Amino acid sequence: MKEVRLHGRGGQGGVTSAELVAIAAINEGKYAQAFPSFGPERRGAPVAAFIRVSDRQIRTREKVYHPDIVLVLDAALPSIVNVQAGMKDDGITILNSPLSEGELREKFGLKGRVAVVDANKIAMEVLGLPITNTTMLGALLKATNIVDVEHLEAALEKRFGRLADKNKAAMKRAIDETVVI
Amino acid sequence: MAKRVGVEVSIAIAEAVKLAQAEIIAAYPITPQTHIVEHLSEIVADGELDAEFIPVESEHAALSTCCGSVAAGARTYTATSSQGLMLMSEVLYVASGMRLPIVMTVANRALSAPISIWNDHQDIMSQRDCGWIQTFAENGQEAVDLTIHAFKVAEDKKVSLPMIVNIDGFTLSHVIEPIELPDQEDVDRYLPPFRPKYRLDPKRPISMGPVGIPEVYTESRMAHDQAIKNAKRWIIKAWDEFEEIFGRRYNPIEQYMAEDAEILLVTMGSISETAMTAVDKMRDDGKKVGLLRIRLWRPFPSIEFRKAAKGAKALAVVDRTLPPGAASGPVASELRNVFYKVPGAPKTFGFIAGLGGRDVTVERFEEIVDKAEFYSKKRPKELYEVIGVREK
Repeated sequence: MKEVRLHGRGGQGGVTSAELVAIAAINEGKYAQAFPSFGPERRGAPVAAFIRVSDRQIRTREKVYHPDIVLVLDAALPSIVNVQAGMKDDGITILNSPLSEGELREKFGLKGRVAVVDANKIAMEVLGLPITNTTMLGALLKATNIVDVEHLEAALEKRFGRLADKNKAAMKRAIDETVVI
Repeated sequence: MAKRVGVEVSIAIAEAVKLAQAEIIAAYPITPQTHIVEHLSEIVADGELDAEFIPVESEHAALSTCCGSVAAGARTYTATSSQGLMLMSEVLYVASGMRLPIVMTVANRALSAPISIWNDHQDIMSQRDCGWIQTFAENGQEAVDLTIHAFKVAEDKKVSLPMIVNIDGFTLSHVIEPIELPDQEDVDRYLPPFRPKYRLDPKRPISMGPVGIPEVYTESRMAHDQAIKNAKRWIIKAWDEFEEIFGRRYNPIEQYMAEDAEILLVTMGSISETAMTAVDKMRDDGKKVGLLRIRLWRPFPSIEFRKAAKGAKALAVVDRTLPPGAASGPVASELRNVFYKVPGAPKTFGFIAGLGGRDVTVERFEEIVDKAEFYSKKRPKELYEVIGVREK
């Protein structure tokens, strides 16, 4: 079982991203769960969402305390939230940042495997908005094999309708541009 | 073929209500139940379900409306949570006393004060004795299946009682997970049309809910008690038929690794899944631990419980509410009654956990089992203990 913790800000679409990954995994025939950090919606405040993907039925309702994968949607979050809290030793942290992997390690004291993409830049250029949730799904696809591209694209098409093409383009660009160390 | 989809549990419940072809839905939004009735109002507005969605001004009005519609012979559904259930309280007793088979989902949530929107079982336990049949779902699939089952049981002329399906707020209601939505054809085969024995009809006027003078009140309450106890048979029969059509088996009590267990955890609702994982872990460590999960809370399946717990030394009962000033939590109290003076009965230890959204983790279940093990040798000072309390 792979456990993911997603960090974002209220309104950035982190919960939607988590849902899309779970739906894609379920459509692949796997078992999956996605759920938000429960509470009243707070636009702009740091929020988390959780994903589990497994080949077997998932029998837990705990939050994710020891993630295999951490996905950070907002470049400024690592300075206010310990995004690597409880992270497994062989886990990977996937960040949105204009900084390089080396600069990020130094600035935020990151440990373990790291992947980075300038998702704000891609989102602004492709979507015209600094909403990075679908772009960061591309980074997730590049850095892990938690779901396959086809199923995630299908889930994205269903959710976004006429906006799907742009979001798919942003996701694909992130697949190309994400640097995995 | 029924389709397996990744869907939010609340949405799946709304789809189950649609599959059951509810005719009247009267509801008021309240967190964390809102997604259910929000989706139902969309389904009705889109013409996918030939029903009347009545947006009312409060939960008191919601359930009052439901009483009227079901009395007139319409299949009726509502859903609520927490403070909403509190506002319904008066009408809950009216609905069951008048034997009106409404089906309701309660997305369980804590009560104010302090204000909490998060999950525990305080709302439903405050209405424990409202005379409705009550089940607790463990996961999304079960939430869907128990909703369809509830219409069948409640509307059965031999039962004719309202029914609540409890689902944990947020920890179940807001989770996306794989759920198999049944085919309409199969649901139609399972669920006959609603044909109440008595209904309000201007052509054949009858009175419903008159005064119960002292000469009849006691007998009326006894009849209600007898009716809900007799209902157990039809609840189980409806699960038998469910298995035949849909292939999934449900029982009043579910056992997990319970056969040779010395210590049995007892849970209700979605924490049971985490409890199973905890049982697996403790079994790997060589501990003889099992789990009994209560699915049918009212009527309480006492006989089934005695059978399921046979041979165990101790029951570690997890309550999700802390009734101030009570001897112990409602589930632990119930089980102490069930086992009172039963020869060879296991000792019952009460634990209270997961209040107002505090996570009940695998580690917590291990702690509970360790304590139950210790208390079976050394009697505890108190009848219950709160687990996971912050030290600072």
